[in-house]
Amino acid sequence: MSVRRLAPAAQQPASFTFADDSRAKAQWWLTKYPEARRASAVIPILWLVQKQEGWLSKPAIEAVAEMLGMPQIRVLEIATFYTMFNLEPVGKYLLQLCGTTPCMLRGAEDLKTICKHMIGPKGATSADGNFTWIEVECLGACVNAPMIQINDYFYEDLSPEILEDILKRLAAGETVPPGNFVRRDTSAPEGHALTLIDERLYDGSRGGPITLPNAPEKLPANADGGNG
Amino acid sequence: MLADKDRIFTNLYGRRDWRLAAARQRGAWNATPDMIALGRDWVIQQVKDSGLRGRGGAGFPTGLKWTFMPKEVKDRPHYLVVNADESEPGTCKDRDIIRHDPHLLLEGCVIAAFAMQAHACYIYLRGEYIFEREVLEEAVREAYEARLLGKGNVHGWDMDIYVHHGAGAYICGEETALLESLEGKKGQPRLKPPFPANAGLYGCPTTVNNVESIAVVGEILRRGAKWFAGIGRPKNEGTKIFCISGHVNRPCNVEEAMGIPLRELIEEHCGGVRGGWDNLKAVIPGGSSVPLLPKSICDNVLMDFDALREHKSGLGTAAVIVMDQSTDVVRAIARISYFYKHESCGQCTPCREGTGWMWRVMERMAKGEAEMREIDLLLDVASQVEGHTICALGDAAAWPIQGLIRHFRHEIEERITRYRGGRPFVPGTYIAAE
Ligand SMILES: Cc1cc2nc3c(=O)[nH]c(=O)nc-3n(C[C@H](O)[C@H](O)[C@H](O)COP(=O)(O)O)c2cc1C
Ligand code: SF4
Ligand code: FES
Repeated sequence: MSVRRLAPAAQQPASFTFADDSRAKAQWWLTKYPEARRASAVIPILWLVQKQEGWLSKPAIEAVAEMLGMPQIRVLEIATFYTMFNLEPVGKYLLQLCGTTPCMLRGAEDLKTICKHMIGPKGATSADGNFTWIEVECLGACVNAPMIQINDYFYEDLSPEILEDILKRLAAGETVPPGNFVRRDTSAPEGHALTLIDERLYDGSRGGPITLPNAPEKLPANADGGNG
Repeated sequence: MLADKDRIFTNLYGRRDWRLAAARQRGAWNATPDMIALGRDWVIQQVKDSGLRGRGGAGFPTGLKWTFMPKEVKDRPHYLVVNADESEPGTCKDRDIIRHDPHLLLEGCVIAAFAMQAHACYIYLRGEYIFEREVLEEAVREAYEARLLGKGNVHGWDMDIYVHHGAGAYICGEETALLESLEGKKGQPRLKPPFPANAGLYGCPTTVNNVESIAVVGEILRRGAKWFAGIGRPKNEGTKIFCISGHVNRPCNVEEAMGIPLRELIEEHCGGVRGGWDNLKAVIPGGSSVPLLPKSICDNVLMDFDALREHKSGLGTAAVIVMDQSTDVVRAIARISYFYKHESCGQCTPCREGTGWMWRVMERMAKGEAEMREIDLLLDVASQVEGHTICALGDAAAWPIQGLIRHFRHEIEERITRYRGGRPFVPGTYIAAE
């Protein structure tokens, strides 16, 4: 279990207001759930708040509770239970370094060394306010290990040298596109392709008219097939 | 090797366009109105006949699961919920389906929802998959625009699909924790019964299925149950996406026939184990929750539910984690123990306390600073956690440790002996009393 608490009072802002864009997006999320189930939108809306502010402050959590008609304690529970919610401000770039076994087997420890060296201790924000790095659990990109999520996107197939380069470029104000950092197509094996090379898969023949196999000659009596 | 013509996920690697027009060219959404016209009994029978077993880890027959929903829709609506929480270490297949072939998933949702008389489906995506969510939302938008979804769509079955997301909690992959989370609560698993088919989302009849289980359904109906059932072995039929990570030359995802020999999977598709097959030490064959296998078993084992069960392991999510001779297996498993400690939701004592205790002992064993008799103590604690918790996370935390001790006890013992070498022996000093 991870135990997480809100930032100390001294760090909390006096108030929170939804930006117009966040409010509009929150309304859109609310259309996805039955009217009596507004609480369902709590995670997506907290996430919008975090996109707006960078982290979740106490006033922000209270504002979300009010918007959804939920007791504050319920929203607090959500904010502390789910680890993607930052309960304190983080750097401009949040690096979530995956340290779980598949990444560890392919060198996650070496990436940590680079982070410690170039940014500082785990969880701390660099002096220039640019970077915070934390260790997280499997991010679901294990065949592209080791990998790091930087803000929203995945940087995969890393090595210490590549990571060093990425950090330098980000620090210099460059944008570094996410994705694979060795030559391969996403999760395909590196090098020449062995599978999905038959051109007939892609010539459109699979999209042509077909007759379903095993279809009964006569429609069964219960085949209402509609909204009945 | 499985022939390309028998692959369902023809855009697994995203080499082609995932958008609607291109997906249709590859066969997605082809003849779905005809399937719906044949009625729900036909659909369910086909899925049953295909032998499809759930791809989320437990391998429960999908067609059978669908029949657990009430026969008639009464006062409560039915729901389909798709489990796209994908957080089992080693697993990254649903991600590829979502970002590269989202229309196969949406099509499967319509067919499955129709078979269970649901008009609404939620897809619960793990929070970190932000890019994947952007793609999926766009694919949903395309499908509405093409009247494949929505009211009065071309299928004659009104259907809404909503993309939802979490915010970092492995436990939300457990189906009842997922439903709690979707209702806007902490993701803590529910006691069963009642099962979701009776009281699931918002207390309504609900079926939760994995992304891959749903995304293959359209193609199974198009090609026929016999085609799918003809691949693999009896009771372990069809194709499956394997995720091979760790010490192989070319880690990758690949769709293969169920029952493919592990060695063939690694040598054909991944360019072999780093340093050759003889450099293999152990493999975790089905995601972090299943016990690892030593090389001697890996030499011949087949990759399906039943074959792996015979060796006291499991297919799980088919996430194959390969470890070569250079691996410190004790440390590798200790890191997995940390994972379960971190992800326990905390509501049952054996799991909350047990995962932390097991992790601390595993850490000491990795260093060697444990006592010999703690090995049996650890086994004992693991077996007391296993089967005594609300959800299967407790089991998942116990199994990797049991597997380690079963096959690599000698390594733990050697390490303790080595650590002890030269140090005075003081009984009781290191005993885990926490
Ligand atoms: C701790 C835990 C985590 C799980 N995580 C996932 C997951 O990430 N994705 C998934 O599809 N199933 C996961 N499951 C299995 C689900 O509870 C459920 O069995 C599955 O979604 C059913 O789908 P299927 O029948 O199509 O396999 C998890 C189970 C447990 C106990
Ligand atoms: S077994 Fe662990 S994760 Fe599952 S309900 Fe109990 S405490 Fe939560
Ligand atoms: S272990 Fe790092 S992404 Fe899965």
